[in-house]
Amino acid sequence: MRTDGFLRRWGVHIVMGLPLLWLVGQWGMGITTGDPRAAGLSAEPIAYSINTLGLWALRALLLTLAVTPLRLRTRWSWLAPLRRPIGLWCFAYASLHLTVYFGLNLLGSFEELVQEIAKRPFILFGMAGWVLLLPLALSSTRAAIRRLGAKRWQMLHRLVYAAAVVAAVHFILRVKGFQIEPWIHAGIAAMLLLMRLRPGLRRNT
Amino acid sequence: MLLRFRSPHDLTETDATPEALYMDRRGVVAGMLAAGLLPQMAQPALAAVVSSTLPPLPARRTRALNEEWTSFDSVTHYNNFYEFGTGKEDPARRAGSLRTRPWTVKIDGLVAKPQTIDIDRLIRLFPLEERIYRLRCVEGWSMVIPWTGFPLAKLLSMVEPLGSAKFVAFETLRDPRQMPGQRSPVLQWPYVEGLRLDEAMHPLTLMALGLYGRVLPNQNGAPVRLVVPWKYGFKSIKSIVRIRLVDRQPPTSWNLSAPNEYGFYSNVNPEVDHPRWSQARERRIGDWLPRKTLPYNGYGEEVASLYKGMNLRRYF
Repeated sequence: MRTDGFLRRWGVHIVMGLPLLWLVGQWGMGITTGDPRAAGLSAEPIAYSINTLGLWALRALLLTLAVTPLRLRTRWSWLAPLRRPIGLWCFAYASLHLTVYFGLNLLGSFEELVQEIAKRPFILFGMAGWVLLLPLALSSTRAAIRRLGAKRWQMLHRLVYAAAVVAAVHFILRVKGFQIEPWIHAGIAAMLLLMRLRPGLRRNT
Repeated sequence: MLLRFRSPHDLTETDATPEALYMDRRGVVAGMLAAGLLPQMAQPALAAVVSSTLPPLPARRTRALNEEWTSFDSVTHYNNFYEFGTGKEDPARRAGSLRTRPWTVKIDGLVAKPQTIDIDRLIRLFPLEERIYRLRCVEGWSMVIPWTGFPLAKLLSMVEPLGSAKFVAFETLRDPRQMPGQRSPVLQWPYVEGLRLDEAMHPLTLMALGLYGRVLPNQNGAPVRLVVPWKYGFKSIKSIVRIRLVDRQPPTSWNLSAPNEYGFYSNVNPEVDHPRWSQARERRIGDWLPRKTLPYNGYGEEVASLYKGMNLRRYF
């Protein structure tokens, strides 16, 4: 039963950390061989990394939103404790996404970041997504739940719905021409949000 | 119109590096690999370069650039060619389905001598030049590419534009069986582009048939493409089947798709942002940090006069 306990505790981190581990591995290979493309980072490793991190932030966000509807449908109660770690991984990917963009695209200039946010709706949406996730990550501890009280904590954590909307829009606004991938992610987000309007689900979320 | 410009960048025969010399970099790397000096994982990418079966396309170098060339591997594996998918490596993977023989380019519209030219004739029509140009993508990345081709002006003069011709319209092949990306509605097909006649006649404007001393790989717009180095890359239309001289500004694909983002002119301009990102800097492929983007991609001395008196914010 020890392995069972280990998997229960760390399985979600192993799964959610895989894309990051993969990316780090690709960077390791890209740097040691001097050939980022062969390492799977494309000819533009920085842009590739920003895109990959952003994509996994959005996917983790959709996963957290999927936990409760899935749990209620399947009655798999073991799903419930996965919500917090997946949510925290979402915040980790979103923070890395923002950090690489800020550090390597904007060269760490806050002035430029402010200008970009003011000028470009797609950056504004992305930034709003991260800002919405921040209080959720900060209030993810048991102590925070106790301090806030379950009711208020739950109200606060409904911000995740807004984060899903702005993140999906951020992706749609990003691409050139009509591309299907952002719409697929937005469609899944919409489905997961609309499911929550059904009274049967609402009671328990 | 046929003024002879002699730019400070023009070269004489003696300035050229023999093809064998730069081609041999592959030999050096292959040797290192054989000697076990490189990790095994570098092999697939290298194999793709070494096994390149593209026929050589000899040319005289007429224009150099004192900047490092982007690697052949990056030039041929980081492409925006939505006819083969929207991923950067999709064209390299999928453009094998493009058949570049037989191929003809039809030149018509407001010209005295309209004609349809077979690609094998087109290649021999004018002396081929090698020119090292910067390529700046509207997305914010850039490359340095040794193109082989001839000035578009020579081709246009041959068909004798009428006085009423003011613009040149270009068209890419449309065949979803050869170009699977055309089954997706990402853009309207076929891809179309256009230039003002004086831009088309400018000595920098190149009809490219090759790169790195070889025939164009399919993913780079084989068998013949346009290269307009002072404009964003999407103006340099690939796999051209038709060139038409017209009296009105022709529609262009990206402008049709998002008119507020992609103008007809699309000259590289660090001061006019794309609505969604700044154009002040660019990421040169192979570099870690971005560099400043130059007005007209560094070709201002030669082309700025074409736009004298124009409001470049309005005509972006």
